[in-house]
Amino acid sequence: MRLLHIFLIIILIFNFNLIKADEIQTENKIAKNLRCLICQGQSVYDSDSEFALSLKLVISNKISDGMTEEQIYSFLKKKYGEWILYDPVLNKNTYFLWLLPLLIFLAGGAIIIKKLYIRK
Amino acid sequence: MRFKIIPTIIIIVFTATFIIFFKGLKNSNIYTPNVDLEKKVPSLVFKSFDTNLDIISENIFNKNKFYLVNIWASWCIPCRDEHKFLMKLKKREEIELIGLNYKDNNKNAQNFLGELGNPYDKIFVDKDGTSSINWGAYGVPESFLIYKNKIIKRYIGPINNRNVIEIEKIIK
Repeated sequence: MRLLHIFLIIILIFNFNLIKADEIQTENKIAKNLRCLICQGQSVYDSDSEFALSLKLVISNKISDGMTEEQIYSFLKKKYGEWILYDPVLNKNTYFLWLLPLLIFLAGGAIIIKKLYIRK
Repeated sequence: MRFKIIPTIIIIVFTATFIIFFKGLKNSNIYTPNVDLEKKVPSLVFKSFDTNLDIISENIFNKNKFYLVNIWASWCIPCRDEHKFLMKLKKREEIELIGLNYKDNNKNAQNFLGELGNPYDKIFVDKDGTSSINWGAYGVPESFLIYKNKIIKRYIGPINNRNVIEIEKIIK
């Protein structure tokens, strides 16, 4: 009986750790996707500035409040602007940024196809 | 013809890239935060400095008055520089100064105010910096001019004489 108790407790602790680990993982993922606004060139995850430390705390609080990743991004975007997000959203300022690689890819493909056909 | 199209495309692409980067050289790459984000005062709970009570932000800015929310800390050197300007603003009756003590030790904060004077009508504490993030602030020192529950002006960094003149002009 005693053994069973200990066994159950161990299982409980293990499960609890798993849940927590999951939270920490999403927290780190979010922090890596955010730009530290007062120490540019670093992500919030990498930075140890006061701003980044508080922001990490806010993120973990929001996660335990049950907010999803998307909700946290939109919350921070509302507070600090789009600049805080490393992943730029497609809009009229960034469409060139998003479409240029695609255009280059297509142009390259066209050149290759053209060469192949001419060789034949 | 085929041999001419490809080199021309390459030359065009290279010149275009060159022009873009050359123009980019002259652009300032210092990021200036967008200061007109979220005009409304965010709703959050503050802890009072001396009584440790929780106060909702809507209840702080409810009078028909101007408010200057100033984020400060005793360990923050620029806060010392801006302190005399806050003392200057304290003399004005149209404006109420609200301090948010950022990541500070209560005793050090008391000493700071004892040494330089207390310009604030109300002080709140932000022990772990989360209130400041929820407010939308960058750090210390930072000030927000508020009127009718709206943030009308934001000063990132210490307040200087020019800012004081500007604030005095607004609250007249």
